[in-house]
Amino acid sequence: MKSLAELQALRDQVKNNMGIRSDDSGNIRVVVGMATCGIAAGARPVLSAFTEEVAKRGLHNVTVTQTGCIGICQYEPVVEIMEPGKEKVTYVKMTPEKAVQVVVNHLANGNVMNEYTIGAATK
Amino acid sequence: MQELSLNVLDIAQNSVRAGAKLIEITVEEQPKTDLLTITIGDDGCGMTAQQVSAVTDPFFTTRTTRKVGLGVPLLKMASEMTGGEFSIVSALGEGTVVKATFGLTHIDRMPLGDIGATICTLVQCNPEIDFVYTFIHSDKSFSADTRQFRQVLEGVPLNSPEVIRFIGEFIRENTAEILNGEREEI
Repeated sequence: MKSLAELQALRDQVKNNMGIRSDDSGNIRVVVGMATCGIAAGARPVLSAFTEEVAKRGLHNVTVTQTGCIGICQYEPVVEIMEPGKEKVTYVKMTPEKAVQVVVNHLANGNVMNEYTIGAATK
Repeated sequence: MQELSLNVLDIAQNSVRAGAKLIEITVEEQPKTDLLTITIGDDGCGMTAQQVSAVTDPFFTTRTTRKVGLGVPLLKMASEMTGGEFSIVSALGEGTVVKATFGLTHIDRMPLGDIGATICTLVQCNPEIDFVYTFIHSDKSFSADTRQFRQVLEGVPLNSPEVIRFIGEFIRENTAEILNGEREEI
């Protein structure tokens, strides 16, 4: 059974690793649409998949966060990747499986997955 | 929406947008009266009486990106189709409480689903807000309170991946303990 004592141990462990994390240079933001449309289309597992995969790969310069409805409900779950100095990339109709691929290819290795972007979906 | 915990996530987003500092989510299961009650309360900006009467209208929204607002109407429908009741109590400057009851064993009641994932998502995306999730089953209950977690964490952010994972497991294990192996799903 999880207890607060366990959280205390966890805290010390995280504190020890904090030094590595404080480097915010080139922070990449992963923004998941979390309005009614996004949630109904499956945004929650997509956000969880991003969070878990980013943590697993130790990508300390990536922040996973949410936004509301951006007006393209028919393409939900929508995920935007914002990186300083680069054009915004909008991924559409995301799934947890696609999310893992985006973390590996785009976030970790810098290769945009064109086939999942809104540009490919509207062709 | 395939599960009620997704409705909870959706309604709680309204509290986030209302500028709440504390959001309290309660799921109460009472087999004796055959009721499931979900309450989402916040200390956000609240609504006027006119707004309260308008939010259950699917064609009312404060958003400018589209003309419909389905979050509240969807929860209201999910509740009423199981013989439940839906209410919103709100006061400007004080906050809002959304309450939905469901026929616990009604055939049309959607499962609660992964409420742990809902709470984790909320904390992950809003680490500056405090959340209290309470689960009640008959006379047993437990709470996951981020104010308590924050105290223990001494400055370690609530949305560190390790902490988020802890919160998810904390909710899952305590729920299982209360249900005492009767069943896995609510």
